[in-house]
Amino acid sequence: MADSGIPTEETQMPERSPLGWFLAGASLIGSIPALILMTAHVGFAGFASENGVTMLQATFMVASIWALPANIVLIGAISGGYSVLATAIAVGLSSIRLMPMVAAFIPEVRGPRTKKRVLIPLAHFIAITAWVVGMEKLKHVPRDMRLTFFAGLGITLTSVNTLVVALVYWLSASFPPLVFAALFFLTPMYFLSSLWGSAHDRSVHVAMVSGLLLFPLIHYIAPAYDLLLTGFVGGLVTLAYVRIMRMRSKPS
Amino acid sequence: MTWQSLSDWWWPYVFILLGGAFPTYIWRFIGVFIGGRVSEDSEALIIVRAVATSLVAGVIAQLILYPSGALAESSVYLRIGAALAGFLAYLYLGRRVIIGVVVGEAILIAGLLL
Repeated sequence: MADSGIPTEETQMPERSPLGWFLAGASLIGSIPALILMTAHVGFAGFASENGVTMLQATFMVASIWALPANIVLIGAISGGYSVLATAIAVGLSSIRLMPMVAAFIPEVRGPRTKKRVLIPLAHFIAITAWVVGMEKLKHVPRDMRLTFFAGLGITLTSVNTLVVALVYWLSASFPPLVFAALFFLTPMYFLSSLWGSAHDRSVHVAMVSGLLLFPLIHYIAPAYDLLLTGFVGGLVTLAYVRIMRMRSKPS
Repeated sequence: MTWQSLSDWWWPYVFILLGGAFPTYIWRFIGVFIGGRVSEDSEALIIVRAVATSLVAGVIAQLILYPSGALAESSVYLRIGAALAGFLAYLYLGRRVIIGVVVGEAILIAGLLL
C-alpha cells in the first residue's frame, strides 16, 4: 500500500463484494501479529495442560473468553483453588482494559447504518491483536464494508487459534521440556512488546512499568492479592503521574 | 464453589463461563455502549486504563518471575535477562513485536542450552 498522502478511502481500493471484504479481513491470518498470537496460543496450550486443564476445556476457554491475559488469570485462579466469584473478580479486573479498547474501536468499525444488535455479538472478537491490526487496516476499507472486513478478521483469528490450542494438545506428548519452556516464554514476551506498542499516551507506559516493578514487591508482602493490588496501586501511581504532569504544564 | 467442587462433566464449563467468559464479555458489552461518547483524555478513562494496564503488567511479571511448568526449572536471572534484552531490542530496534519476541526467546534458549 503506497503512502501517497492522498486519502486512499474508496479511491484506490478495488471494488469488492461483501464476501470479498470478509475474505480480505480473514486473509490477515497470515500477518505477523496473527502468527505471533498463534505461537502465544501454542504456549497457552502448554500452560493449560501443565495445570491439569483438559483439551476441551482449554479450547472452550479460548473460544468463549477470547482474551489471553484473562485466560491466564483464569487458569491461575483455578490452580489457586479460588471460588467462582473470586475468579470472576480477578478475571474481570484483568479484562477492564477491553472496555476502553472496544469504546475506541466502535467509531472506527461502524458504518452509516450499523445497528447495535450487530455490534454487540461482534465485540466478542475484539482483543489486543484484532484491535491493533483493525486500527491499522480499517482506515483503508470503505465505511460500509468495515464491519464485514472486521468480522472476517475477528472470526478467523478466534477460530484458528482455538484450533491451534486443540492441535497442540493433540501433539504435546512429543515436545521436549526445552520446547515447552521456550513456548511458555512467548506469552510474556509477546505481551511485553505489544502492550507497550498499543499505548496511545505516556500514562499507559507509566502504568505498565509500575505494574512490572510493583508486582514482585506486592507478591512478597501479600501473595494472595498480588494481582489485584498491583492493578490498584499501579493505577494510583499513574494518576499521581498524570496530576503532576498537568500541574507542571499549567504555570508555564 | 471452586473448580473442583463438583465432579459433573459440565461443571468446569459452567465455571469457565461464569468465572471467565462473563466477566470478560461484560466489558466489551459496556464498551459498545460507551462507543465514541467517551473522550479519550477524560480522567476516569485514564484511571481505568492505568489500573488495567498495571494488572496486565502484573500478569507479565508473574509469568516471568514465578512461572509454572517447564519454565519453572530455569534460572530466574536468565528469564529476567532474556525478557529485559527482548524488551530493549523491541524499544530500540524499530518497535516491532517480532524483534522483542525473537531476541528474548533466543537468549532464553541459549541460556537453557548452556
